[in-house]
Amino acid sequence: MCAGARVKPKIQGTEVKAKIHVTLKQGVLDPQGKAVQHALGSLGFNGVEDVRQGKFIELELSETDPSKARASLEEMCKQLLANTVIENYSIELA
Amino acid sequence: MKACVIVFPGSNCDRDLQVALRNAMGSEPEMVWHGDSSFCEVDLITVPGGFSYGDYLRAGAMAAKSPVMREIISRAKKGVPVLGICNGFQVLTESGLLPGALMRNANLKYVCKDVHLKVEASDTPFTQGYSNGGVLRIPVAHHDGNYFANDGLLDELESNSQIAFRYSDSDGELTEDANPNGSLRNIAGILNRERNVLGMMPHPERLADPTLGGTDGKAMFSGLVEALS
Repeated sequence: MCAGARVKPKIQGTEVKAKIHVTLKQGVLDPQGKAVQHALGSLGFNGVEDVRQGKFIELELSETDPSKARASLEEMCKQLLANTVIENYSIELA
Repeated sequence: MKACVIVFPGSNCDRDLQVALRNAMGSEPEMVWHGDSSFCEVDLITVPGGFSYGDYLRAGAMAAKSPVMREIISRAKKGVPVLGICNGFQVLTESGLLPGALMRNANLKYVCKDVHLKVEASDTPFTQGYSNGGVLRIPVAHHDGNYFANDGLLDELESNSQIAFRYSDSDGELTEDANPNGSLRNIAGILNRERNVLGMMPHPERLADPTLGGTDGKAMFSGLVEALS
């Protein structure tokens, strides 16, 4: 799950800011991405080989410990932010 | 028999379900608000269609985490029958009571029309009013009804006879044209392994009275009353 997630703890003040990307798993068809790809082609943007659409979620946490924040974010992704049947997620702390 | 209808902010088929249940049972189902973490003992829990919580995040995702769902999950695990229709089906997959997921329709369009369904599992309280192989005409009305599961899970659903309904043509043939939303293997409704939870995208409550243009949905409710009384 969250492969390639980068940990960059830069704590300013007392908050941890987190950026979460939720994307469809490989093998899950993305008709919206396909429609966007088609629309880009019809606008003259040739050479768009594939489009996958996802969600970007920003959170601000009061937790100041990056490892605790990350553990908590993992749970948030698993329990609500992503549907792990069809979606992957990645967490970035800033 | 006692039944309840769960009402979320944004549910819009709760009253239709209430009427279908009332007509079948001859008594009033209890309407249960989503914030209630406890409700009366019932023989059947129904989760209606609509747009609970405005489909925020994903259809059914927010409702699946509401207080009432914790109680529903606990009762379902004890064997109480749970029926989820349309958004109710989405809520049940998001809550983990049913496997797989319901994605945006393959043609990206909201689809609202009558479809044909082939009955594939008539050995449950929900479907005992139908016969295996029978074809029903029932309306669908959804934007996110595209059933997805990985191949392993799909095979498991088939080998355990957990597929209750598939989209078919009027002769019961499972064609691509008969599939309104791109659901894998034409799946329109599935059961959990224990067969006490059914989720389906089509709306049997919308064709359960001759005044509405058909009665193919009626046998679901009369069958439930027969099984659970």
